[in-house]
Amino acid sequence: METTLKQEEFKKTCLYDEHVSMGAKMSPFGGFMMPIQYEGIIEEHKAVRSAAGMFDVSHMGEIFVEGADAEKFVNTVFTNDVTRMSRGRILYGMMLYPDAGTVDDLLVYRVSGENRFLLVVNAANTEKDFQWLKSNSGGFDVKITDASDDYGEIALQGPDSEKYIELLGLGDCLGLQFYTFTETEYDGQEIIVSRTGYTGEDGFELYASPEVIRALWKKLASAGVKPCGLGCRDTLRFEAGLPLYGHELGESISPAEAGLGMFVKFDKEIFIGRESLLARKQSGCSRKLVGVELEGMTAVPRAGCAVLKDGRVIGEVTTGYHSISLEKNLCMALVETPYTAEGTELCIQVRKKVFPGHVCKKRFYKTNYKKQ
Amino acid sequence: MSKILEGLFYSESHEWVKVEGGVAFIGITDYAQNSMGDISYVDMPDVGDELAKGDEFGAVESVKAASDLYSPVSGTVIECNAVLENSPEAINEAPFDSWIIKVEMSDESELESLMGPEDYRGFIEGQES
Repeated sequence: METTLKQEEFKKTCLYDEHVSMGAKMSPFGGFMMPIQYEGIIEEHKAVRSAAGMFDVSHMGEIFVEGADAEKFVNTVFTNDVTRMSRGRILYGMMLYPDAGTVDDLLVYRVSGENRFLLVVNAANTEKDFQWLKSNSGGFDVKITDASDDYGEIALQGPDSEKYIELLGLGDCLGLQFYTFTETEYDGQEIIVSRTGYTGEDGFELYASPEVIRALWKKLASAGVKPCGLGCRDTLRFEAGLPLYGHELGESISPAEAGLGMFVKFDKEIFIGRESLLARKQSGCSRKLVGVELEGMTAVPRAGCAVLKDGRVIGEVTTGYHSISLEKNLCMALVETPYTAEGTELCIQVRKKVFPGHVCKKRFYKTNYKKQ
Repeated sequence: MSKILEGLFYSESHEWVKVEGGVAFIGITDYAQNSMGDISYVDMPDVGDELAKGDEFGAVESVKAASDLYSPVSGTVIECNAVLENSPEAINEAPFDSWIIKVEMSDESELESLMGPEDYRGFIEGQES
């Protein structure tokens, strides 16, 4: 789809000029021209694992839901349960279609104000999600606002992240635990500081106006934080076993198949997709997402490669890499359920050749989150 | 600046060809290995495979992606470089020493349609700008 757009039809984030002047390789992603890499994916990946890196994730969508029925409404469209969520908390979950296919995966923040939520969604899905929310809001007293253009976002990730948060004068955010946030000020202007990320490392995500985001980016860059592109964002999230919409989740992939059942609360009486998902869960999913480790020196399995057992196709690769941190050829794949037990031997076809491997945990890399 | 060797032929898909007694040694150029980054695997054909000029004969894998390899000449694969099976990074270190396959050419006149060093220099400068 994207290749049919002309370059000037892609949106630019508030940091576009910074990327170009810093020599980033730019490429279309989610409707935006985004930096794919600066120096190189491997250097950037290693910087995040061993020190700190920063990502422009301003392409992500920010949708506010507020009003008397906001809590009830969000709980109706979201698989996780926001009712017992106090202010300053974040929940991960999905929005589902009635057939349990996934509209999107997202973060829900309970922000300040009476009954007010911030939904952070995938860039490519922002408009679809916004329309989905509006079309399901009949009968609810809610106001739904797409504020994506008002916010830029930086993800600061890696074990040294705390040091740089302190350097920004945001030291009061160091007490934040994983999946909590605070609304504070930077240089007298509003900023949301969130202890979240998409790399498997400790880190923060900063949401603020485009002006503030530009100032933060420059300050972090001059402090020596490595600018990172979306290339290593993908290699990092992959190693941590985190799903990417369009690969491990999608309109025809439910959270049950993707192994994300812990983010679905069936004890809620109502949410869109509940009945279909429950039925799928009770009858057992026909396929499940697994990790696969290939043996020895092999080709790299890529999305779309067939998974084989005794010559028969039993699944498909969703994401695969030569893992930078683990130095193995790994992939995530949706595979017929009988072949999903850890240790199961199977093969992956890459171009004309077939390579042996075995099922393993899809969290390939041991994550380092800030938890008590 | 990418290294380009005299005496070789070059394709638009960044393969080089060195000819020795009717046999074409085929590899990828310094420009190609540079733009791909660290190479982790080389997918090579079987000895005996018949290739027509332009046929895909394998691929080179890096972190980013797999890049297909296209044969600049027609002929029969007579050898694959076994060194690359366990040391694919040799292509990064010495792209012009790391031939991938040897092809016994069936039509040497095809070499005339390939670029010489100067033309290839102009070609990659056009791609870089």
